[in-house]
Amino acid sequence: MTLSIAGVAARPKTATPVQTRKFTLPLRWISPVALVLLWQLASSTGVLSPDKLASPLTVAQAAGELVADGQLGEAFAVSITRVLFGFLIGGFAGVVLGLVSGLSRWGETLLDPPVQMLRTLPHLGLIPLFILWFGIGEEPKLALVAAGVAFPLYLNLHAGIRQTDPGLVEAARVLGYSRFERIVHVVLPSAVPQTLVGLRIAFGTAWLSLIVAEQINADAGLGFLINNAREFLRTDVVVVGLVVYALLGLTTDALVRLLERRILRWRAR
Amino acid sequence: MASPVKPAVSVRGLHKAFGARTVLDGIDLEVEPGEFVALLGRSGCGKSTLLRILAGLDREVGGEAEVPGTVSIAFQQPRLLPWRKVWRNISLGLHKPNGRAIALKALEEVRLTDHADAWPLTLSGGEAQRVSLARALVREPDVLLLDEPFGALDALTRLAMHHLVEDLWARHKPAVLLVTHDVDEALLLADRILVLDEGRIVATHHVALPRPRRRASVVEQRTRVLADLGVDVEEAA
Ligand SMILES: Nc1ncnc2c1ncn2[C@@H]1O[C@H](COP(=O)(O)OP(=O)(O)OP(=O)(O)O)[C@@H](O)[C@H]1O
Ligand SMILES: [Mg+2]
Repeated sequence: MTLSIAGVAARPKTATPVQTRKFTLPLRWISPVALVLLWQLASSTGVLSPDKLASPLTVAQAAGELVADGQLGEAFAVSITRVLFGFLIGGFAGVVLGLVSGLSRWGETLLDPPVQMLRTLPHLGLIPLFILWFGIGEEPKLALVAAGVAFPLYLNLHAGIRQTDPGLVEAARVLGYSRFERIVHVVLPSAVPQTLVGLRIAFGTAWLSLIVAEQINADAGLGFLINNAREFLRTDVVVVGLVVYALLGLTTDALVRLLERRILRWRAR
Repeated sequence: MASPVKPAVSVRGLHKAFGARTVLDGIDLEVEPGEFVALLGRSGCGKSTLLRILAGLDREVGGEAEVPGTVSIAFQQPRLLPWRKVWRNISLGLHKPNGRAIALKALEEVRLTDHADAWPLTLSGGEAQRVSLARALVREPDVLLLDEPFGALDALTRLAMHHLVEDLWARHKPAVLLVTHDVDEALLLADRILVLDEGRIVATHHVALPRPRRRASVVEQRTRVLADLGVDVEEAA
């Protein structure tokens, strides 16, 4: 008797969330789609001149052409390579410095003050110096991306290590963990969630740095594609470039989320 | 009362203050190897503080606290690593090749074999505490410090855990220092009961009852221990 009642009562409970999801997803798309339609309407009626902003259809057409003649692919490859190498350099620096200052007292005493002072400096403001130091080739672009990546990684890794629950470290000590085991099994895992936050911020600043860096005399890459298009008033190509930037940002964000879900499985509940 | 064997725990004139607040005010305590000692006292009287000092986690103290052998502890909170599976929480730090087998055996003893591959955050409070207990027991230390290890357990599991601890104690004979709020528990398990108050040991009871003990056999001594804790049983009943 009781069992059957519970069974009946349980059913609507599971049904409700499914229903709400089914209706909310399309609802959320109403206004974006309407905006694009409005944009198209404004362009078609001549309210919006193509010199200011091309119509969505023209943009789509331009995208198709750029893909077809390989220009977009080439620019994409150049930009991705810049971000990749800049990210590797900056990531390596941020992680090594973060580990040293998080795990050793001397490291913290010597490293943390200058890094904390430098972080208040907006790294994009370093462009003039970077141009003087590295010229106008690939190097200043990589340096800018690297600087944008290193700081958030350092800060969050360092903070994550500092936040380790002292109770857990104590327990590990009494239970016979070696110093190495304490770091590997207690300190570093507890810094992981905060470090992943840092990774996400790092990707965000990496793309931002790339976009800014590619304004410096670029002769290849997405920034070059956009700048070149501006000279010929090709607003459609400019928009295509911007959309690609946005998609790249979304992709890395999704990757970090995926990584989070895998690494932080233990949080599941 | 000089004993020929070296005591497992020897504390002389132990003093501990947090800032201006004195928590332990001259504790003298010797625990023989294999002796089972229960520590009673109201909340905040310094029981956990004493255990932390014995575990070597707090060295900023006055007086002497010596624990020559190996120590293991089950803290008041389970303190499991949330990012390591349950069995790993038990085997880590053991430095033995068959860690998983040892962990599984320990989990069997606290009746949690099914949870060996679970994440600690999915355990109930009582389950987590049993894992923490298994983790302490599996080390077969010379001195076992148990800080209210049965606090979050239901009455039935608590009984099973009493048997388990008594059993393991009988087999490996560590010196045990058990903090508890439960007078019956202390009477069922301990050779000696200490009552801590205002940073001092204010009473000592030797429990000479034969083992295994039953609830009924401890009733008489219970009244006297409760009186030391400031509880008038006639009134409470
Ligand atoms: N790190 C600390 N800093 C300041 N005060 C502390 C610290 N640790 C403990 N105390 C204080 O020392 C006193 C004793 O604490 P302790 O944890 O030993 O009590 P307890 O007897 O274990 O109590 P309970 O039965 O509630 O667990 C408390 O008043 C507590 O506030
Ligand atoms: Mg306590």
